[in-house]
Amino acid sequence: MSTGNMNLTLKVWRQKNNKTKGALVDYKLAEISPDMSFLEMFDVLNEQLINKNEEPVVFDHDCREGICGSCSMFINGRPHGPKDLVTTCQLHMRSFKDGDTIVVEPWRAAAFPVVKDLTVDRSAFDRVIASGGFISVNTGNAQDANSLPIPKMQADAAFEAAACIGCGACVATCKNASAMLFVSAKISQLALLPQGQPERYRRVQSMVAQMDAEGFGNCTNTGACEAECPKGITLENIARMNRDFASAKFLSEESI
Amino acid sequence: MSDINSNIPEGELTNKWTKFKSSVALVNPSNKRTIEVIIVGSGLAGASAAATLAEMGYKVKCFCFQDSPRRAHSIAAQGGINAAKNYQNDGDSVYRLFYDTIKGGDYRAREANVHRLAEVSANIIDQCVAQGVPLAREYGGLLDNRSFGGTQVQRTFYAAGQTGQQLLLGAYSALERQIGMGKVEMYTRHEMLEVVKIDGKARGIIARNLITGELERHFGHAVVLGTGGYGNVFYLSTNAMGSNVTAAWKAHKQGAYFANPCYTQIHPTCIPVSGDHQSKLTLMSESLRNDGRIWVPLKKDDNRKASEIPEDERDYYLERRYPAFGNLVPRDVASRAAKERCDAGYGVGSSKLAVYLDFKANTERYGKIEALKSGIQNADKETCMRLGTAVIKEKYGNLFDMYAQITGENPYETPMRIYPAVHYTMGGLWVDYNLMTSVPGLYCTGEANFSDHGANRLGASALMQGLADGYFVLPYTIGAYLSKEISVKAIPTDHPAFVEAEAKAKGVLDTLINIKGSKSVDYFHKRLGHIMWEKCGMARNAEGLNEAITDIRALRAEFWKDVRVPGTSDELNTELEKAGRVADFIELGELMCIDALNRNESCGGHFREEYQTEEGEALRDDVDFAYVAAWEFKEGVNFELHKEELKFENIKVAQRSYK
Repeated sequence: MSTGNMNLTLKVWRQKNNKTKGALVDYKLAEISPDMSFLEMFDVLNEQLINKNEEPVVFDHDCREGICGSCSMFINGRPHGPKDLVTTCQLHMRSFKDGDTIVVEPWRAAAFPVVKDLTVDRSAFDRVIASGGFISVNTGNAQDANSLPIPKMQADAAFEAAACIGCGACVATCKNASAMLFVSAKISQLALLPQGQPERYRRVQSMVAQMDAEGFGNCTNTGACEAECPKGITLENIARMNRDFASAKFLSEESI
Repeated sequence: MSDINSNIPEGELTNKWTKFKSSVALVNPSNKRTIEVIIVGSGLAGASAAATLAEMGYKVKCFCFQDSPRRAHSIAAQGGINAAKNYQNDGDSVYRLFYDTIKGGDYRAREANVHRLAEVSANIIDQCVAQGVPLAREYGGLLDNRSFGGTQVQRTFYAAGQTGQQLLLGAYSALERQIGMGKVEMYTRHEMLEVVKIDGKARGIIARNLITGELERHFGHAVVLGTGGYGNVFYLSTNAMGSNVTAAWKAHKQGAYFANPCYTQIHPTCIPVSGDHQSKLTLMSESLRNDGRIWVPLKKDDNRKASEIPEDERDYYLERRYPAFGNLVPRDVASRAAKERCDAGYGVGSSKLAVYLDFKANTERYGKIEALKSGIQNADKETCMRLGTAVIKEKYGNLFDMYAQITGENPYETPMRIYPAVHYTMGGLWVDYNLMTSVPGLYCTGEANFSDHGANRLGASALMQGLADGYFVLPYTIGAYLSKEISVKAIPTDHPAFVEAEAKAKGVLDTLINIKGSKSVDYFHKRLGHIMWEKCGMARNAEGLNEAITDIRALRAEFWKDVRVPGTSDELNTELEKAGRVADFIELGELMCIDALNRNESCGGHFREEYQTEEGEALRDDVDFAYVAAWEFKEGVNFELHKEELKFENIKVAQRSYK
């Protein structure tokens, strides 16, 4: 079914579940088209494995449009592969050459245990959001949206932070497996908006506490997260989070 | 004619919802704490409903097959969400939104539901802004709007090309807040495989833990399905790979009618198919039609590059055929017009199955305005293009990047190539005004139900419906049912109905594993998709549909004899998950063809070639087909038709014209 002319060797991490050990397994692929996405190339591999009555490689993927944040693979040592600002599903085989050997591994972080093959458990992110990554407003009686004007620049900045897709590349690429880029993006989004002010300092404290509890490491300003983020979330957010966290320490209980 | 009751409240259209809300029975707070509600799906409709019901005090369990509710496919919606706010002072109103939606749906939607949708639309925007959803703003700090197809006002609110993402993350954060407070129990990586019915009422579900393979029994006083659409029946579509019909289909097999399955929206602006390796299609937001002009060469088989074709040798066919709406005609009209030009031999690109979406004229126009803003009079073309490109980049940057990524072409320099593709399904489980299916206690919201879109969906109305159902409609209407259930104690899950439902689900899984055939699940899915697209796609006719039904029955028999599912059922097994979904798609595909064959008319996303005007427009038959086709499942994959007559008392039914 593949129609291109690329021949590739894949070294793929296979691991039955989190109780067994994993290993890299070699696979040969022929006739790969440069127009395929990286995941479509995996579809070809899986079709090949099923035809041989072997189990296909399990990997998380869903929208294949670069927005759901499901797909998560280390490709040749980089999360989401060699191109900047794209997710694995938006990486196309034209970024590789005929004859290449490609090494594919799951996200690496203690807080993201391997489930099977390339699939890891990222539910720690949800628990961080559940600890305070929201504005406490019940449905039903919100005031008219335009009664709260927000300067365009500020709204745009909040949007840029809000563009995080929660894929976890920042954690996976960080030598400390820190989740600070992810957490700070949500904190920034809400801190930049007037709606986020009432809970601003309480929020940063509870989210940071949960982040620590989940076993994510700390930030040592290496910047790998920013370099590998497929959505261009910046380190500025971490600075904002640190400032708010420090401010919260000096505030009295009443002002939080 | 109707043999099913839609429970639409009596009285004036404009007062129905207000009156309903103030007279519906309530459940007192202490009773809410003992009432359990199951919600399957965590997209806009599911997450907003789960959060809101938990806020109200109910005990909620929410299920999704993804690893996190934040990944539901609502996240991929790009363009925007409509609301009758009239912030632009261009004459918008609740009535106009209602009118546009009914007309856009080709008079095949229910008036009372659509009016309610238009009424609550404004509250949705307020609610989302209160949650901190960063919608686009003007420099004055107020919310910005743009236009979508089928309307002449600017009522679409947006967040760049990521509106769905921002709205979903808003609903997700509201849901996570309730999870954090222990008021919602979230079950991720769980797939619903059966509805459990006790004494005729929905009382729970059987769900498979996708990690361990374990089948779990969950009780609920009521069950809500917010499980999205079934466009993946076509294999290639703009849907996420995991989007499926299984939950809705199992409910259908338990007695929930399936309504208007043949209404599939074909979206006019997708990136064309590049080869047979393709696993899905990617949409380019309809909002691009605000600033993009659609054209093909005037000459057949013109192989010149777009830039080499002079202005007077281009056919801006939408502007030519529909001067009043131009490039902003509704999706079904734009899709058919593109197909018509390509079929006639005017298509572009290597496959010839594409038309151009060109931003040049508007880039230059924006550039001129920007130049004047910074005091440059008579700016040259190059300056205009440079300044204009920055404006276009700000409005649609991520979409342009996505296009470049997928095609390897730069859309700032050459026009995009686009072609229609399967996008959104207007059909779904039949629900009454309360969003309850024909199974008491089983509700259905968002894209999974059929109720608000008619035969065609206008852009920016899916996000609106998902959130309207979840935040503002279901939380009221479900109370009417639950108020009569307060004395029902939680039913233990060793009840025979649970045992039987679990055995049934297990039976299907075991069968799939044990077939040990020779063909992969994808092989069958692709074949089904091919039949559906060719015979039940953008255009259908009786002969093709009859052939399709025969082909699908043969495919179903072959699937159950020859599918190969490696691995076991007591582990994470993605092939097994897919196999179950494709088995359901095959049955649904047959029903879609039966429904399309039954509807001897053309309307919206259903274009029967036998029924068209001399100008090639859809020819409706309001005398015989102004009804909702609600199908009941019968033993052995047979279907019985029930009809809900559609009455238009507040809108004059007319031939749809965008000229």
